[in-house]
Amino acid sequence: MNAIDNKWIGKRTIRPDGADKVTGRAGYSADHSMPGMIWGRVLRSPHPHAVIRGIDTSKAEALPGVKAVVTAKDIVDFPLDKSVMLGIQDMRWMCRNIMAREKALFHGHPVAAVAAISEEVAEAACKLIEVDYEVLPHVIEIEDAIKPDAPILHDFVRHEGKPSNIATTMVNKLGDVDAGFAQADLIIERSFKTRPVHQGYIEPHACTVSHAADGKVTIWSSSQGQFMVRAMTSLLTGIPQSNIRAIPAEIGGGFGAKTIIYLEPVAVMLAKKSGRPVKMVMSRDEVFRATGPTSGSMSTVKIGVKKDGSIVAAQGTFYLQAGGLPGSPLRGPVGCSFSPYNIENVLSVGYDVVSNRSKVAAYRAPGAPLGAYATECVLDEIAEKLGMDKLELRLKNTAKPGGKTVYGATFGQITFKETVEAIKNHPHYTAPLDKNPSKGVVRGRGVASGFWFNAGGESSAQVNLTEDGNVTVTTGHPDVGGSRASIANVTAELLGIDHSRISVLIGDTSSIGFSNLTGGSRVTFASAMVVTQSTEKVIGQLKERAAKIWKIDPEAVIWDNGEARPAGPNAGQFPPLTLKELAAKANEMGGPIGAGVQLNTTGADPGFATHCVDVEVDVDLGIVRVLRYTAAQDVGRALHPSYVEGQIQGGVVQGIGWALSEEYLYNAKGQLDNASFLDYRMPVCSDVPMIEPIMLEIPNPKHPQGVRGVGEAPIVPPLAAIANAIHDALGKRFYSLPMSPPKVLEVIDAR
Amino acid sequence: MTDIRYLAPPTLDEAVSAFAAAQGAARILAGGTDLLVQMRNGMARPGTIIDIKKIPEMTSVTESADGGFWVGAAVSGAALAEHPRFGKVWPGVLEAINLIGSTQVQGRASPGGNLCHGSPAADSVPAMVAAGAVVTIAGPNGRRTMPVEAFPAGPGRTNLAAGEILVGFTLPARPAGSGDAYLRMIPRTEMDIAVVGVGVSLTMAGGVVAAARVGLGAAAPTVLLVPDAARALVGSKLDDAALNAAAAACSAACKPIDDKRGTIVYRTKVAAVLLKRAAAIAADRAQGKA
Repeated sequence: MNAIDNKWIGKRTIRPDGADKVTGRAGYSADHSMPGMIWGRVLRSPHPHAVIRGIDTSKAEALPGVKAVVTAKDIVDFPLDKSVMLGIQDMRWMCRNIMAREKALFHGHPVAAVAAISEEVAEAACKLIEVDYEVLPHVIEIEDAIKPDAPILHDFVRHEGKPSNIATTMVNKLGDVDAGFAQADLIIERSFKTRPVHQGYIEPHACTVSHAADGKVTIWSSSQGQFMVRAMTSLLTGIPQSNIRAIPAEIGGGFGAKTIIYLEPVAVMLAKKSGRPVKMVMSRDEVFRATGPTSGSMSTVKIGVKKDGSIVAAQGTFYLQAGGLPGSPLRGPVGCSFSPYNIENVLSVGYDVVSNRSKVAAYRAPGAPLGAYATECVLDEIAEKLGMDKLELRLKNTAKPGGKTVYGATFGQITFKETVEAIKNHPHYTAPLDKNPSKGVVRGRGVASGFWFNAGGESSAQVNLTEDGNVTVTTGHPDVGGSRASIANVTAELLGIDHSRISVLIGDTSSIGFSNLTGGSRVTFASAMVVTQSTEKVIGQLKERAAKIWKIDPEAVIWDNGEARPAGPNAGQFPPLTLKELAAKANEMGGPIGAGVQLNTTGADPGFATHCVDVEVDVDLGIVRVLRYTAAQDVGRALHPSYVEGQIQGGVVQGIGWALSEEYLYNAKGQLDNASFLDYRMPVCSDVPMIEPIMLEIPNPKHPQGVRGVGEAPIVPPLAAIANAIHDALGKRFYSLPMSPPKVLEVIDAR
Repeated sequence: MTDIRYLAPPTLDEAVSAFAAAQGAARILAGGTDLLVQMRNGMARPGTIIDIKKIPEMTSVTESADGGFWVGAAVSGAALAEHPRFGKVWPGVLEAINLIGSTQVQGRASPGGNLCHGSPAADSVPAMVAAGAVVTIAGPNGRRTMPVEAFPAGPGRTNLAAGEILVGFTLPARPAGSGDAYLRMIPRTEMDIAVVGVGVSLTMAGGVVAAARVGLGAAAPTVLLVPDAARALVGSKLDDAALNAAAAACSAACKPIDDKRGTIVYRTKVAAVLLKRAAAIAADRAQGKA
């Protein structure tokens, strides 16, 4: 695509869902209600670790107003000896996560659920359920969970032949690290810790479910994939997918965490038992306590370099918290930490550690930020020791096209160098920084880079002409970041018609073909691909109709600027036929016009990002403020620049929170102590400066518009970039997150 | 949910009678920014809610002839900010009250509610303590007053007797050369709760501190008056030695806890830092420099 000629692609059009969202009309999960609807509430374990010896629900069932009670007995059991996967989720763990089976594995683990005529009655009924617990010793932190005498969560988990809390080990390897380190002139090895952080979406999990007398189930809920909702609900309830229709509500944020479900199968069973529609809405407390944050981690990274800065070997060991059931995002740190760099010898090992916390869920580039935090801090220290410019060190080692990655892929186009150069040449990096602007205040600048795989995968689209000559486009992906606006731009561009004539919708599971999750930075990439192919088919049909009307060969018709025209003088002299005119004649000339495409898309090359940040430290209070932030990323093609910028800015802000203030805090009883937005300190608007995105538009050759996934890479560099900036300001290195005021002051005072 | 009786009496006497009649089953509603949250969380289930915002005495701000101020317990932060004189005389008290919650919350939240909530971290209280505010309380046995620092009894508890209602605050007349300031430490820039808060009120004469009061929040089970810190400042020109002595007194007064919002070590250090910073601002204001 030539940007100069574009009418719509690359333009900041009004988003189709914008007016509804700013006026409060948009329908989110909790907004749907039905006649006769009742309310479901969940009874949660008060213990972080306990055997469930029995559950007596009789008193709850006898309470007037109670219509149904559900326990693990009502959820399909996936036996422990056989893995059943749905995407990356193992149903053995999902069935136990949505309803505790043999054991309660964390404080807040669902144990039973009640549906009643009101929330209050449901709540009261929950209190009448008698659970016979055998309370067990609990373990929260990784370092405790991997001790030889740690309480073991699962008898079936074995590590090196012994009972263990290490559920999985992942090893990625290239070359020979020992030989590599032997060649090194300088080796730096450091250990790091990060805390679990929550995705912090504003919309709590919620759903409304109807189970009709004919066995047909309808689910209204927001998620990052209505097809995931259908499939997972089907697996966990035993109801065939053909009997389940999942209708996507608008989503108030997911950031990866709404790629799994918690409530829907429970609500379906409550609706089935009661014969009434059931609504369930989590409180914020429940969201924090019992839905997945991302893993906390303990990692060690060792990098060896020659005097000239070339990296000869790198080794990473990453322990990740899984929560009560296995499933940490090991491939994030294991696969991404070293991938921006051309390193011949790499050994990257990840361990999945279970402990008595809520099961982790995906969070924006799952696992990659905590790996990059370690790697990019070690590189900063290497550059310092070598007396080398930090960006030069990265440029010297950038991965090469055709190079092999530690995770097995071979690189195609690589655009890492461009992101480093963009920062190097940006006025931010070259601007003078007053390192001590006033008494008690110091400033510093840091840089870091990041890598994310990006994904393609299954997507479906349908493009239809309306009888009055306008267009509807339906895709199967929830729009979390402006994908409808991007799709409208693409369709308008291809058809050569005004943007406002295109209506972009998200289909439910019965109205559009299978579409995989909105995740992996894949939706704009994949949906633009299937929408492009669908639109091209529609254009083919339009040309055929024009050819039929003109009685010439379809090959002799071109589509140009919203009209069919003869390809040249030889094709004949006919006045052009517009989309409206062709739509008006559609039925008499062969029937309705529309086309759909369903693909397993490929060609989503990885994302690279390099960030630069200035911070200011109040040395008396230990407070770190971010003064300036610039983020360079190869975005391929920005179909709608505002939402590309929004993705970059959003990722950076979440990274700032992770670096400086967010953490899960557990008390001695194994209970989450800060399950609210007051004490779980996400940054607020006034905590962050305007984040300046540098969108590098280097077209992805494998995509019709050149799109490259954008959403996840921006959260990868900030943790290290900020740590490196604080080091630049204070001359002190921090090896654990968050770099919160008490921790920063402690390090300052240790001088 | 059980039925709740809502009353909005137009006079204090009626409010006191209704409150006493409910025998502990009633809650006073000023801005409601704590009460309604507690009710939603299931932490409070009052049978009766007595809204005091219809009582003129409790929603008024008046300046007396001698320059003292009356601030009704239910005056909202936003209303107080709009008062033409209050913020000029008591900028520290006003900034403390205006730090409570968000802009939206400021439209409802009141200094009376902030005090009655009993939180040691309540932002307005250290500033009121530094200001030497006296509270008026009305109950079945009539009216009484007490210094604001005597009002809290512990986290979430006050020295209100059964049936008593906080009516408002009296701030003393201000000698020339006076200024006050309130600073709190929060990890974020807004929408947060004080890890430590310090209020300082000074009267300066010829560059020397003639009178001082220091209030300390979130550093002990209740907000504290710190007389030792004030004594260290009085008679000084706010030189380093005096400030260090006052800061040390502030740290010494701390009896904090380790919790999710801060550590003992951190709070003790921060109390000293904030004392120095707040004293500098108060002195500038006292001397017309800010």
